[in-house]
Amino acid sequence: MNLRLTHKPLPGLLLIGVALAVAPFVVQAGLGIYWVRILDLALLYMMLALGLNIVVGYAGLLDLGYIAFYAVGAYVYALLASPQFGLHLPFWLVLPAGAAIAAAFGVLLGAPTLRLRGDYLAIVTLGFGEIIRIFINNLDRPVNITNGPQGINLIDPISIGGLSLAQPQVLIPGLSSAHAYYYFFLALTLLAIFICIRLQDSRIGRAWAAIREDETAAEAMGINTRNLKLLAFAMGATFGGLSGGLFASFQGFVSPESFNLMESIMILCMIVLGGMGHIPGVLLGAFLLTILPEALRYIGDFQRAAFGHVIVDPSDLRMLLFGLSLVLMMIFRPAGLWPSTQRRRELGQGGEQVPGLYDEQR
Amino acid sequence: MDTFLQQLINGLVLGSVYALVALGYTMVYGILELINFAHGEVTMIGAMVALSVIGALVGAHVDLPGIAIVLVGVLAAIPACMLLGFTIERVAYRPLRNAPRLAPLITAIGVSILLQNLAMVIWGRQYISFPPILPRTTYHLGGATLSALQIFIFVLSLVLMAGLIVLVQKTKLGRAMRATAQSPQVAGLMGVNINSVISLTFIIGSALAAVAGVMVSAYYGIAHYYMGFLLGLKAFTAAVLGGIGNLGGAMLGGLLLGVIESMGAGYIGDITGGFMGSNYQDVFAFFVLILVLVFRPSGLLGERVGERA
Repeated sequence: MNLRLTHKPLPGLLLIGVALAVAPFVVQAGLGIYWVRILDLALLYMMLALGLNIVVGYAGLLDLGYIAFYAVGAYVYALLASPQFGLHLPFWLVLPAGAAIAAAFGVLLGAPTLRLRGDYLAIVTLGFGEIIRIFINNLDRPVNITNGPQGINLIDPISIGGLSLAQPQVLIPGLSSAHAYYYFFLALTLLAIFICIRLQDSRIGRAWAAIREDETAAEAMGINTRNLKLLAFAMGATFGGLSGGLFASFQGFVSPESFNLMESIMILCMIVLGGMGHIPGVLLGAFLLTILPEALRYIGDFQRAAFGHVIVDPSDLRMLLFGLSLVLMMIFRPAGLWPSTQRRRELGQGGEQVPGLYDEQR
Repeated sequence: MDTFLQQLINGLVLGSVYALVALGYTMVYGILELINFAHGEVTMIGAMVALSVIGALVGAHVDLPGIAIVLVGVLAAIPACMLLGFTIERVAYRPLRNAPRLAPLITAIGVSILLQNLAMVIWGRQYISFPPILPRTTYHLGGATLSALQIFIFVLSLVLMAGLIVLVQKTKLGRAMRATAQSPQVAGLMGVNINSVISLTFIIGSALAAVAGVMVSAYYGIAHYYMGFLLGLKAFTAAVLGGIGNLGGAMLGGLLLGVIESMGAGYIGDITGGFMGSNYQDVFAFFVLILVLVFRPSGLLGERVGERA
């Protein structure tokens, strides 16, 4: 699918726009305000997934520690806009600062790992993610910086021109915090999508694709692989840092718990499940994997309806079914739910020519 | 010096368990180039099955020495894990052999989440304690303390590893495994039944994982549905440290990681002037891993893979 806006018929675009605008109200009417917050989270995860997609989908660098940048962004926001140090800087200062510091961490991670390939890179990034988390978890002694496992509370909400997104009803009656954040996140997600589309079609995007397909050949073609890989890490980290800051302000609370390895894996699952390197697929994957665990909370009600009482504790069953659905979705759609046409074509050919396992070039 | 010797002993014992689990990762990786994320969970299931059997035997006041009861538990865990490993490969990995590279990684993660939560449903969220039935003899060695259990774990690990090396280097099955790892296509043409070789690889790896799971739960005295995650992570780190796909590398990496970790835990406070405590022990392990890979990008014993043309 081509996402270039000029190719889209205008009515369709308008329809999508209207649907996105009324979505939180429809959801609130149908499912309640809790689900509007889930929508907010889904948008947040979409931004995160788009960022990781730059690293994994575009440049082909398997990153299992992506959540570290999210954590850096979140903690920068938390430290600069909360009672922890008594600082209350405005969000338009703190968010870019968080994104920039995350980008610096991205380069810090990228620089020593440039020579590593595939799974070695995966484990190093994983280790990096764990290192950041352990530091955050333990930097409450001897000097209290991160407040350790308790996390940082009472983080300032984002406030635009006197309108606090935590209490928008003060200025606009009837608008709840979840709605306000929805529109704010939606605007940023659309911006992120736009940046990703432009990146993908740019000289840089094509260079990334070349590195992903064959690094040696790309280098022979005069592509500066070192700088471009660093750029991919930095770009992905910027997205991560930004989303982290948004997350901190949205939740009002951060703790090291939110940034464990499982979260990194979750975001990777989103992009692989949706269709790696393909923006609509990535968005779909992020949306589904945010919604699915929440939707599975209702299995308790389902059991009550079907058997008259709860047989297995739904919170136990929830992640079990989630794991199962990951396996099933991958078995039936190995290229992702919504792969790009190019990728689908490649796979179609691959299946007819040589079985992948026996293909040394794989 | 006493601390040094004590931490060295602790590290070697822990490392030998890491090595056993790492072998499972590295064997699968060598053949399928797949990070079998669910392997840590197989270890956990092994520990859980063994503990259930041991608990039942102890609860029924069976008149057997403690070691025999544990042995029965291990003998129950091994076939359970073998079956589990076989099933995982059949259901979650085999249908995806021709899929894009990251697809099996996601099913592996899915299986891992599935098994973890299945274990939680079956055995509950609480920690299960290992009954105190093993002899608690301790020996003193130049100021360090050494328990009979530690010696047993270390020796059994070495024996199992030696057995695996003999299997891979000297038997017909081992030759088939090595051939499949080199080139599945050519091995298939030479009459090797690749599917059964891959199945057997998973089965052998899972059997080792079962033993390792029981060892860990006996060593720490507890088992938990979440224990496989960190153990698997450490073991995978060990496999990469040594050079993934390389059996000797997994053993070396496991032992080394164990020693680095316990040395880190023992000395990190002194090194950093009390700034960092033993809660930074994992940082130490990962930091060494990153350092090693920066200078040797394919692990300590890994072959230098030529750049693809």
